Amino acid sequence: MLHTFVALVEDKTGLLARVTSLFRRLNVNIISLTVGGTETAGVSRTTIVAEAAEDRAPRIMASLYKLEGVLDVDDVGRHSAVIRELAMLKIAADQNTRSDLFQLAEVFRARIVDLAPESMMMEITGSASKIEGLVQILLQGNYRILEMARTGRMAMRRGHHASRVLEALGDTTPRIDPKTFSGILRHEAPDLLEDESHA
Amino acid sequence: MDKRKKIADTHRNSPDTAIYTQPTPLTGAETVWATLVGEGVRDVFGYPGGAILPVYDALRKFPIRHILVRHEQGAAHMADGYARASGKVGVAMATSGPGATNLVTGIATAMLDSIPMVCITGQVSSKVLGTDAFQEVDITGITLPITKHNFLVRRTEDIAPALREAFRIAQSGRPGPVLVDITKDAQQSSAIFDFAAAAPQPYRPHPMLSADSTSIREALELLRTAKRPLILAGQGILHSGAMEQVRALAERTQTPVACTLLGLTAFPASHPLNLGMMGMHGESWVNHAIQQADLLIACGMRFDDRVTGSLSTYAPNAKKIHIEIDPAEINKNVRVDVGLIGDLKEILETLLPRLPGRDGAAWLHAISAMKGDASVHDIQQLPDNGHLYAAHVINDIWHVTNGDAIVVTDVGQHQMWEAQYYKHDSPRSLITSGGLGTMGFALPAAIGAKLACPEKEVWVVAGDGGFQMTCPELATIVQEQLKINIAIVNNGYLGMVRQWQEKFYEKNYECTPLISPDFVKLADAHGIRGAHVNRRADVISTVETARQHPGAFLIDFHVEQEDSVYPMIAPGAALHEMIRRPKHNPLVETATEE
Repeated sequence: MLHTFVALVEDKTGLLARVTSLFRRLNVNIISLTVGGTETAGVSRTTIVAEAAEDRAPRIMASLYKLEGVLDVDDVGRHSAVIRELAMLKIAADQNTRSDLFQLAEVFRARIVDLAPESMMMEITGSASKIEGLVQILLQGNYRILEMARTGRMAMRRGHHASRVLEALGDTTPRIDPKTFSGILRHEAPDLLEDESHA
Repeated sequence: MDKRKKIADTHRNSPDTAIYTQPTPLTGAETVWATLVGEGVRDVFGYPGGAILPVYDALRKFPIRHILVRHEQGAAHMADGYARASGKVGVAMATSGPGATNLVTGIATAMLDSIPMVCITGQVSSKVLGTDAFQEVDITGITLPITKHNFLVRRTEDIAPALREAFRIAQSGRPGPVLVDITKDAQQSSAIFDFAAAAPQPYRPHPMLSADSTSIREALELLRTAKRPLILAGQGILHSGAMEQVRALAERTQTPVACTLLGLTAFPASHPLNLGMMGMHGESWVNHAIQQADLLIACGMRFDDRVTGSLSTYAPNAKKIHIEIDPAEINKNVRVDVGLIGDLKEILETLLPRLPGRDGAAWLHAISAMKGDASVHDIQQLPDNGHLYAAHVINDIWHVTNGDAIVVTDVGQHQMWEAQYYKHDSPRSLITSGGLGTMGFALPAAIGAKLACPEKEVWVVAGDGGFQMTCPELATIVQEQLKINIAIVNNGYLGMVRQWQEKFYEKNYECTPLISPDFVKLADAHGIRGAHVNRRADVISTVETARQHPGAFLIDFHVEQEDSVYPMIAPGAALHEMIRRPKHNPLVETATEE
C-alpha cells in the first residue's frame, strides 16, 4: 500500500540524502518526495509517499526518527488529511483545439498559464486522482502532451492537529499509539487516492 | 628492543601536556585532541597521512596514547574492541581517501553490533573539496548507511561541537559508530576553543519510546500466567547495564535464560538458570525450549535470522514480550504481543517490584530432561583418540584461564566452538563480531581490548583464514609491547564455508582449502614467541607456557581438518530441526540424537 509520511527536518546539507538513503536501505520505493519551507525558520517539511506493506509504517517512522536532524514524523495517511499535488502540462494546441482545451481546463479547475502558437500550458492542483483524470481525458481526446511536470504530494492533517503547537502548549500525549507496536490494534488507513472534495 | 621501546614511549604522555579549561585560541588540529581529552579519551588507534598530518603534528602536546596500526581496518576494529571491553567510546583516526575507506569494514562491524565508536578522518582542504583532489573521497557519503551519524567539518570553530556531538550520539540510546571528517584547512586554522560551550544538544530520547502503564500491565499479566517462560538475553543487557536486573527477573520468576552470541556474557554461564546459546549453533535443548515456551521475554536482542531460524515456525506457542531501546526493532522480524520500548534497566526496575515469585520447577525439569546426556559436555573425560579437536582446545583454554580471560574471536567455526565451550561468567569477556561476521576482527579487536583492560588476560581465538586477513597487526602488538595470547585454530580450511559445502554443496570443497604460512615462524619474524600443538596432551602445558611468558605468545593448534560445528540449523529450517552431532563424532552427545 501507499504510505504518506510528513517529516519535519532541520534544514541542513545532506539531510535529504540521509532520508532518501534510509528508504533505499529499508528496501522501500519512494513514489514521490517534496521538500520545502515551513512556519519555522531552519526547518524543512518533507512529504514522502512510499510503497510498502501496511505493517511496515511503524518501522519506517521509527527509523526516520533515528536520523539526527529529523524533528517530527507523522504518518498522515492514517489520519484525515488534505493531500495535494501540483502538475504543469504542456499540450500541443492550435486555433482549432484551443477552445476545447479551455473548456476542459474549466471542468477540472485547471488554469491556462501560458499560450503559444502551437501549445498551451495548464496548471492543475489537486489530488493525484484528479490530475490523473485530466491526463486520461487529454489522451483519450487525442491531445498530445508535450511535457508534464508533477510535484509529488504534499499533505497536511485536517483540524487543529499541529505537533509544534502541541509541544509548545506542553501537551505530552504520545503521538504514537503504543498499541501499534504490540500488534494488537490495526489501524485502518483511509484510501490515499480518495479524492478530497473540490467542489 | 631499545628502539622499539623508544618509539612506544614517545607516543605516551609527555610531561608538558595541556588541558584547557578556559576558552583558548587553538588550531583545529589542537582542538581535535583537546576535545578528545575533554571527553576522557586516553587511547586513539590510527594511521597518519597527508590530510590528517596537522592533527598528528599536534599530538605531542596532549596526554593521549596513539597506537599506530598497520592498516586502518585494524584501527577501526581496535576502537571497536576497546569499546566492547570497556563500555567506553573507542576512537579511530585515519587520513582521507584510502585511509578513510579502509575504515569502512570496521565501521560497518560496529554498526551491526551497536558499538559506540568515533572515527576521525582527515579530508582535503575545503577549497578543493568536490574536485577529485588527491586522496579525496566522499567518506561521509560512503559511510552514511553504516554510521549512526556523520559530520563533514569545514570550519575550525565547528570541530569541537561536532566531536562532542559525535560522542553524545555514539553513546546514547542504541549505541553506534559516528564519523567526523575534518578538512585540512579546518585543522590548520585557529579558533577559540571552549570545551564547555561546545557541549552537545541534550540527548533527545526517541519519541516512539513507550513503556506505558497499559503495556507494563499486559507484560506483568503475561509473566504471571506463563507456565513455560524463557528469557532471551541479548547484548542490550550490557549496553543498559541491566545484568543485575535480568538476573533478579530470572531468579524471582525461576525463568531459564537463553543467550544470543553477543549476549553470552550478559548472564553468568555458571548460573543454574543459564541454558546457553540459542540459534543456528545453539545447543539442542535451548532451541527446543524456545519452540516449546509459552512466553519469551526478549531483553535487548533483535531476533536476528541466526537466532530465529525459519520465522514462520519460530516459537509458535509463545507470547512474546520485547524489551528494547530501538523502536525500529519492534515487530521487525518477529511479531510481539507486548513491546516495551525503552531502557532495559529502567523497564525491568519497573516490572520487578510488581512480580511475585513463582515455582518454575516443572518447566526447568522438562528442559533438563531434554538435555539428556547431551548436557554432559565434559569432554575433558573423553579418552584421547589421537585427534586434536578445536573443542578440546577451547575447553582447555577455558579451564586453564579459570574462565577469567577476555576472549576475542574471529568469525567462523572456532567462533561457535568458543561460544559453546568457553564458559563466560563476567560481562564483556567475549568480544566477537556477530552481526556483520567480520573475518579478521579478532587480532585488532584484541589489541583494543587489551588497551582498555590492561590488567586482564586477553586471548585471541582465530581461524587460519581470518587470522591472515589482519595478521600484520602482530607488529602493532610488538610496538605497543602488549601481552596478548593468540590461539590459532588451524584446520587448513575456511572451515565454516567448508562445512556449508559439506552439508549443502555436495562436499564440493571449492576454494576453501588454504595454505598458510608457518604461523610460529611468522610470529618469530615479529619477535613474538610461539609454539605448534598437534597433540591433545600438549594443549594445557602450551597454554600455560603462553600465559607465563611475559610477552605476546602465539600457539598454532593443528586441529582435525574436517570437523564441523554441531548442532546446526540449516538456513531456512525451523529452530527445532537441528542437524545433531553424528553418532561417530567423538565429541559426546549420544542418546538424545533424533
